[in-house]
Amino acid sequence: MNRKYQISISAIAVALLTACAAPMPSGADLDKLTQDIVGRSFRDQGQAKLDRLSPDEDNRLCDESERTGVALDDKLTAQIEARNMKTIKAPADGKYLGDFKEGEKVAQSGAGKTWTDKADSVNGGNCYNCHRISKEELSYGTLGPSLYNYGKIRGVTNPSSAEAKPIVEYTWGKLQNARAYNACSNMPRFAHKGILTEAQIKNVMALLLDPASPVNK
Amino acid sequence: MTVNAVETQMKKLIFALGLIGLSAAAVAQKSSTDSIAEYRQMLQDGNPADLFEAKGEDLWKQKRGPKNASLEKCDLGKGAGVFKGAWVELPRYFSDTGRVQDLESRLVTCMQELQGFNAEEIAKTPFGTGEQSNVTALATWISAESKGMKFNLSQSHIEERKMYEVGKRLFFLRGGSHDFSCATCHSQDDKRIRLQDLPNLTQNPGAGAGFGAWPAYRVSNGQMWGAQLRLNDCYRQQRFPYPLFGSDATIALGVYMGVNGKGGEAIAPAIKR
Repeated sequence: MNRKYQISISAIAVALLTACAAPMPSGADLDKLTQDIVGRSFRDQGQAKLDRLSPDEDNRLCDESERTGVALDDKLTAQIEARNMKTIKAPADGKYLGDFKEGEKVAQSGAGKTWTDKADSVNGGNCYNCHRISKEELSYGTLGPSLYNYGKIRGVTNPSSAEAKPIVEYTWGKLQNARAYNACSNMPRFAHKGILTEAQIKNVMALLLDPASPVNK
Repeated sequence: MTVNAVETQMKKLIFALGLIGLSAAAVAQKSSTDSIAEYRQMLQDGNPADLFEAKGEDLWKQKRGPKNASLEKCDLGKGAGVFKGAWVELPRYFSDTGRVQDLESRLVTCMQELQGFNAEEIAKTPFGTGEQSNVTALATWISAESKGMKFNLSQSHIEERKMYEVGKRLFFLRGGSHDFSCATCHSQDDKRIRLQDLPNLTQNPGAGAGFGAWPAYRVSNGQMWGAQLRLNDCYRQQRFPYPLFGSDATIALGVYMGVNGKGGEAIAPAIKR
């Protein structure tokens, strides 16, 4: 074999060996590489701007736990829930329930916040995408628990009563920011992230808790 | 068949299928999963993806672009011109570009290198228009040439292993206004959004069946969607910003799902809601 060939073949062999022998980067390096790739793989479109990929410590902790299958420890869980609990605001006028018919509209709508939605359009709650809610709507998702008979099961006969207060306040908080109660819940943080208005959340409250709502029939 | 003839025939078929789709959708809303299964069965009788396949094969052989060349020397990973079985091994690492590439981004590389098209321009072209619709047709045909084969993505090159790890991180990355990640919807078995079944893309059978179905013809909008557009629309619904065509994020996700789907049967081009 001529010498020139030998050299090029050994150069290839070395290159191949180097490629095979290169060690896998550490977990931290892969995290960094992922950030770099995210940084160069997206662009603004409509209202969906790059700031939607800004680091969020609550999400980072939950992502890692779900990816590795290692549950968050109690301390971190409590920290996430406490941080999110702080964002919950009681209704300005003290009234927790609105109109259940309007609440049904919010629950039905999956619109809003995508790059094809107008920034000033009305957002929906996406509720039926994941939950069974009223008996009449058969097209419901199963990612979340059934909410059919939500108020009835919890014994709510008069949402303004003292007995109903704990469940009314809990439901309000859950709709405002679900991660205050379940650190890594998959439910969007409707008030905290500006998805639903206070009035819309009141209407969903009525859908779930008003004894006259079809949900509680 | 010429591309024009295919397009005319396609339009007729899309119209007919649109009518079936409308009435079937009305039925599906009223009743149970049985009518949904029936509706799917109806759709299996004819898949307009066949027409995109024909167009794709035509485009592969046709001399086009500034260099007036065909794609018949395109290397999809199994050597120049080999298209049979190429798709079930993609994405993979390519030494000429120094990148892990999926089918669509690799086709664009070939269109640039062999035919003289501008890859950046194609990447910026909206889906379903201009050269992008040609990329989709080509991908439809190439994927069909692997029909029935088993997914077998390489993880031998370190860049492929890195992309798997990045893809896994991206799959679990919550973001956007709603804190949704891919995993929010696609990490459990037997879940659905409304009435739409969600494949679990972290393992088989979901990963092979879900990842392996695209390119697919979508009855609901009468469009042929490649994997890039499928991911793009997932990110739209996740309320993320816009993923760039052929970006490393989309390719890393392809590696993650494709490797998870190892051994699954390639069914693309499929027919979807």
